[in-house]
Amino acid sequence: MRKIKFFFFGLLCASALLAQETFPVNGVADKRDGTYAFTNATIIKDAQTTITNATLIIRDGKIITIGTTGIVIPKGAVVIDCKDKFIYPSFIDIYSDYGITQPQRNAAGFNFNAAVQINSNAKGAYGWNQSIHPEVDAVKQFSIDPTKAKGLREIGFGSVLTHVKDGIARGTGTFVTLGETKENLVVLKDRASAHYSFNKGTSTQAYPTSAMGSIALLRQTYIDALWYKNKPTKEGLNISLQSWNDNQTLPQIFETEDKWNEIRADRIGDEFSVQYIIKGGGNEYQRIKEIAATKASFIVGLNYPQAMDVEDPNDARAISLSDMKHWELAPTNLAALEKANIQFCITAADLKDNKTFYSNLRKAIDFGLSETKALEALTKTPAVLLGVYDKVGSIENGKVANFLISSGPIFAEKTTILQNWVAGEKFAVKEDQWVDIKGNYTLSINTENGIVNYILDVKNASTVNVIKKDTLASKFSYDGKQIKLNFSPVTSKKISDTSSNAKNLPQGKPVGFKREAPSVNYRLSGMSNGTSWTGTGEDTAGNKITWIATLDSAYNTASDSAKKKTNTNQRLAKVTYPFDGYGWEENPMQETILIKNATIWTNEKEGVLENVDLLLKDGKIAKMGKNLSESGARTIDATGKHVTAGIIDEHSHIAASSINEGAQSVTSEVRIGDNLNPEDVNIYRQLSGGVTSSHILHGSANTIGGQTQLIKLRWGANDEGLKFQGSDPFIKFALGENVKRTTATQGNNRFPDTRMGVAEILNDAFARARDYEKASKLDPKTRRDLELDALVEILNKKRFITCHSYVQSEITSAMRVGDKYGFTFNTFTHILEGYKVADKMKIHGSNVSTFSDWYYYKVEVTDAIAYNAAIMHQVGLNVCINSDDAEMARRLNQEAGKVVRYGGVSEIEALKMVTLNPAIALHVSDKVGSIKVGKDADIVIWSNNPLSIYAKSEKTIVDGIVYWDREKDLEQRKKIQAERFRLTQKMIGEKKGGTAVRPAEPSWQEILSCGDHAHKDGIYTVDVQEVENLNQ
Amino acid sequence: MIKIIYTLTALFAIISFTKAQESVYPTQESKGLLFITNGTVHVGNGTVIENATIKIIDGKIVEVGTNISIPTNDVQVFNAKGKQVYPGLILSSSDVGLKEISNGVRASNDYQEIGEYNSDVRSITAYNSDSRVINVLRSNGILLASVNPEGGIITGSSSVVQFDAWNWEDAVYKMDAGIHLNMPTFVVRFGRRGGFGAAVTTTTDPTKIALDKVEEIKKFFREAKAYNQENSHTNTNLKLEATKGLFEKKQKLYIHADQVKQMLVAIDFVKEFNFNVVIVGGSESFQIADILKSANIAVILSEEHALPATEDDDIDQPYKTPAVLQKAGVLFALNDNSDNTRYRNVSYNAGTAATYGLTKEEALSAITLNAAKILGVDDKTGSIEVGKDANIIISAGDILDMKSSSVEQAFIQGRKIRLENKQTQLYERYKYKYGIK
Repeated sequence: MRKIKFFFFGLLCASALLAQETFPVNGVADKRDGTYAFTNATIIKDAQTTITNATLIIRDGKIITIGTTGIVIPKGAVVIDCKDKFIYPSFIDIYSDYGITQPQRNAAGFNFNAAVQINSNAKGAYGWNQSIHPEVDAVKQFSIDPTKAKGLREIGFGSVLTHVKDGIARGTGTFVTLGETKENLVVLKDRASAHYSFNKGTSTQAYPTSAMGSIALLRQTYIDALWYKNKPTKEGLNISLQSWNDNQTLPQIFETEDKWNEIRADRIGDEFSVQYIIKGGGNEYQRIKEIAATKASFIVGLNYPQAMDVEDPNDARAISLSDMKHWELAPTNLAALEKANIQFCITAADLKDNKTFYSNLRKAIDFGLSETKALEALTKTPAVLLGVYDKVGSIENGKVANFLISSGPIFAEKTTILQNWVAGEKFAVKEDQWVDIKGNYTLSINTENGIVNYILDVKNASTVNVIKKDTLASKFSYDGKQIKLNFSPVTSKKISDTSSNAKNLPQGKPVGFKREAPSVNYRLSGMSNGTSWTGTGEDTAGNKITWIATLDSAYNTASDSAKKKTNTNQRLAKVTYPFDGYGWEENPMQETILIKNATIWTNEKEGVLENVDLLLKDGKIAKMGKNLSESGARTIDATGKHVTAGIIDEHSHIAASSINEGAQSVTSEVRIGDNLNPEDVNIYRQLSGGVTSSHILHGSANTIGGQTQLIKLRWGANDEGLKFQGSDPFIKFALGENVKRTTATQGNNRFPDTRMGVAEILNDAFARARDYEKASKLDPKTRRDLELDALVEILNKKRFITCHSYVQSEITSAMRVGDKYGFTFNTFTHILEGYKVADKMKIHGSNVSTFSDWYYYKVEVTDAIAYNAAIMHQVGLNVCINSDDAEMARRLNQEAGKVVRYGGVSEIEALKMVTLNPAIALHVSDKVGSIKVGKDADIVIWSNNPLSIYAKSEKTIVDGIVYWDREKDLEQRKKIQAERFRLTQKMIGEKKGGTAVRPAEPSWQEILSCGDHAHKDGIYTVDVQEVENLNQ
Repeated sequence: MIKIIYTLTALFAIISFTKAQESVYPTQESKGLLFITNGTVHVGNGTVIENATIKIIDGKIVEVGTNISIPTNDVQVFNAKGKQVYPGLILSSSDVGLKEISNGVRASNDYQEIGEYNSDVRSITAYNSDSRVINVLRSNGILLASVNPEGGIITGSSSVVQFDAWNWEDAVYKMDAGIHLNMPTFVVRFGRRGGFGAAVTTTTDPTKIALDKVEEIKKFFREAKAYNQENSHTNTNLKLEATKGLFEKKQKLYIHADQVKQMLVAIDFVKEFNFNVVIVGGSESFQIADILKSANIAVILSEEHALPATEDDDIDQPYKTPAVLQKAGVLFALNDNSDNTRYRNVSYNAGTAATYGLTKEEALSAITLNAAKILGVDDKTGSIEVGKDANIIISAGDILDMKSSSVEQAFIQGRKIRLENKQTQLYERYKYKYGIK
């Protein structure tokens, strides 16, 4: 039976509307043209155009007529009266994975402990990297998913762009309707888009392991694809590059999950003249200026963070103010995008539960999103972005008959979607509400004793009050057509807990009555015929009855337009720069500052000067001398204080989203500067320790690591704003235990495994670079290689090396490779055995940057001595003391103090090791590192001798801007407390108000490190290296 | 240069510029009279005596003051004029002698045993009195340490050692002084961060998991208590037996805990078992200083030079936590657990605490007398007071401030120990190479 029924259904579907020519028909042909006329409707043709009392005619799945007057309804049309109904173009989601089985995620990454998968596992004539698979066409994998289609139709969607959400180059998306006829017919555009992300997804190949690696991989692939256009014979067939090129004409969609990644993606696009449509993470409002500057269109979700359970203050403590603020402000995101004139569409793809679609959208409207924009973002904008506005996105002649019929304005709280038509096919959503049954009815029951009347006060499809003097308890249901009503016409004594007993009552027993209560009971069943209902029934005695109910008065259904609840007056968290507790509401300004009566450590031949004034103006050191005055200057009395140049940390890993691209031994193509993170609170913390510039290094996972980035600690700036402009580019190299993967206790399969191999990696890399340079000069068609480009720069002294190194053998070997190829190792960092080869490094021309007193945490530092810096200094090397540690960087002045203690270096020379010497090593001593007129106003005012443990930075100034002020910091702490308190109370209020909350989730702080030595992180910190290990 | 007047005994004649740690011998027992004169003596209990003399007989301090006469014959006199004299510094929780090179050399590590309840495991049995770390620590003024095992829930017993010994039996200063317990964490990071995506969470309640674990630990101690009330057993249980000293208050229970909830649960071990409890770690102790005080729980702050635990915490929170405990009257010690510098910077940890709210003498107590009190060795050391062992260091300047903290002399139980170590030896070697004076 069941089987036959199903067959029938299938037959109907296939034959009804859009039968395919090629498919044989089993039975008698049943072609219909599906002509429907929708009359008396309010039709919203698009976000700008609404026509009332209008008619819409569709045929063969297309719109053929729309208008208000003079419409001739074809005789063969089925007429549907849409009085009081609203017709909208159905919605379009261009970030869906509908109908695609998503590949399961095999977590993968670079594991410091285990063997790595160096090559791609993909079989076939594809490209080298498993996460680049532009050859994947979603259309080939797509199949109709009726359950998901229904869910989407119910919230108003009629068509979606779907794709395989996996990998960095994900292939093409396909644009389909949410119809259920046949895949062949629902696909509106087979290859509609090309998709990208930074996330390698299910790729098990090691490369890339980092955000910057993903960026480099994308850049290189653009270059390779261009080169492949000339069909280089050596490459053979490369389906991936071929597909990549084929996909370029399509709309390019880039998925990210965070504002900074959005900006990073856009930069890649700029480099290769591609304007991505960016799928955003929903925190664009936090950097709206930068987001607007991308000029990209955005796809944004509605998945706001759920409130957390913060009643336990110990749990609440672990949540950062930043996360709490985002919880409050996330619903303002769309309004912020609109206000900034950023084009965007809305996706439902991120929602865990489709039911939250409207409530969340209404929240966005409450916070200032206009309804027009909201509608546009769901209809025209996605259609235009995808180039399918000729088909969908508005109600116009010739377009696909994709529209929805609602009971009122679509965003209004009480509106329901009644039907959703997809390509001319009706899908019921809430048809029971097509006719609003609310109202008062007269129920006439024809009993043996004659007609008995009752009043039915119908509230909705499941609630009715049956009134006969008193209100009688009843059970009611209405499913759009069928009506069921049980009630007892005699009032009986209610039992106390009706609700819990109700379920246990036998069928037909009126709810809320005692089982034993003697009563007549009516069981009525019938059908709605519009404003009147008719049916049959039975009473308790088994007497058959008939009944009729007629509508007396409908409820006043004055349409409630989307309520304009003004949330604008509500107190909301402020967007700060960065979006941290310690961020600025207003970025601090450059000032003219006159520091009076200071003890100034000039780092110049003047040495330490007592009772001297210093004038900072226009971001520079303007004057130094006695009794200076400057009108309009902010004067700071520095009597008894010490003033030094800002500290420069030669070796740091803060302020970046990733540090190690460890998958290969040579990764000179990756750039720390591609993934700066201006929101790292350690920037602020280090300002408090007098640091003004930091050299952000790639980690030490491989011999030739990535390109480094020198930054100034301009707390509040964006990623570009952090960069130390005009500084020479550097690159990180590493030698020894880490790069030969000593800690790979589960086995290493990556060359090199010994220091012999490390030296050969260097030798080989530069041999390749030299050949490449020659080849490129001879043949401009030579494939551009980002990895070798960076090495060629080294050969040409346009890029400089800072090299992680420990033992004398490897240091010497590295220098000999440099000698062979004619370049210098600009800086040896760590260099704990530097004292053994100080003379050799002096001849080679290296700078050195070391720790003051680290030792004995691994075999290669068993000969580390605290006198290292002193010896190297005395041999005549330019010696720096660096941190390589987010905590210690706050105390680098004290680390310099240790050089006085171990080896007796003078205080003046010791201070230079954290100021002038790193400036020299980094080639920026013309701008920073000492107190000299004309240099940048990067200055610290200390409470005490700067080399003393008792010294605190009272003010840290970068470019004449006071970024750290100990007194202001105390105020900021109070502000943080107050704001945390307010938001905690608000979250508790939500919980008490009945909103579902999730358990408090600590805001984990990611601590990035070299990968070199033990880090004891705090309770709420995550060692990223450890996480990467876990991911394997 | 410090002016030293001492009789050249055979003991001191050994000193020469030998080139390996192996030649830095332990010193022979201190006999007879020894004076340290004219120094600024920081007693360790808050008192500072200027121009003071310390009189030592057979390794014990017998007199400290300003008017002490010095006999002319057969005495050793160390003139500390212009110098700062301190009690020997103490590492209150460490893996010295158990962990040689943690990274990459498994064979050199003996600090982490397999198993969850290892109350019977004793750190002292694996203590390597020739660890390369020890001589470096001595040169930084650190003369004693508590050595404890790690790993599992109950990690085993710790002993206090002094740093001038031929072997562990020689080194032991207080045997099996305490038992260590790793309090289960109440903060769990579920799931993982795949690629650059968001963390996955589960609905499991970490508090419940932790409390269940705590209950299991209490069950262990309840059974241990019962076991130890009976003298004869059919089945000997070494794990239970090993906890006897806790119930007799001869041992302390060191609970390693950083989170508020962990520390609040730790109070149970005082209330239910009447143990002497010490918190080790104590990152969030500043939030419950008054509670710790009223429960009479001491704290060993593991790492002064730490980042704030949360993004919003005061940026100098770890620096000023000692001042909070001091104000509340909590007995606390400052430790150094940095693996990168191998604990040599404990005095600078105290220095930072002094910068952020402690007085210098309070900060000193936190690495001397308070540590001795917490470890239960204050009857013998921790301060320069009559009756105690002469564990004393002489520094050129303020020991809390790196630039002046050069340790020039050190005595353990009156024995003048040598301060050379591999680092000073290599320093000499390369000064020679480069002709540096």
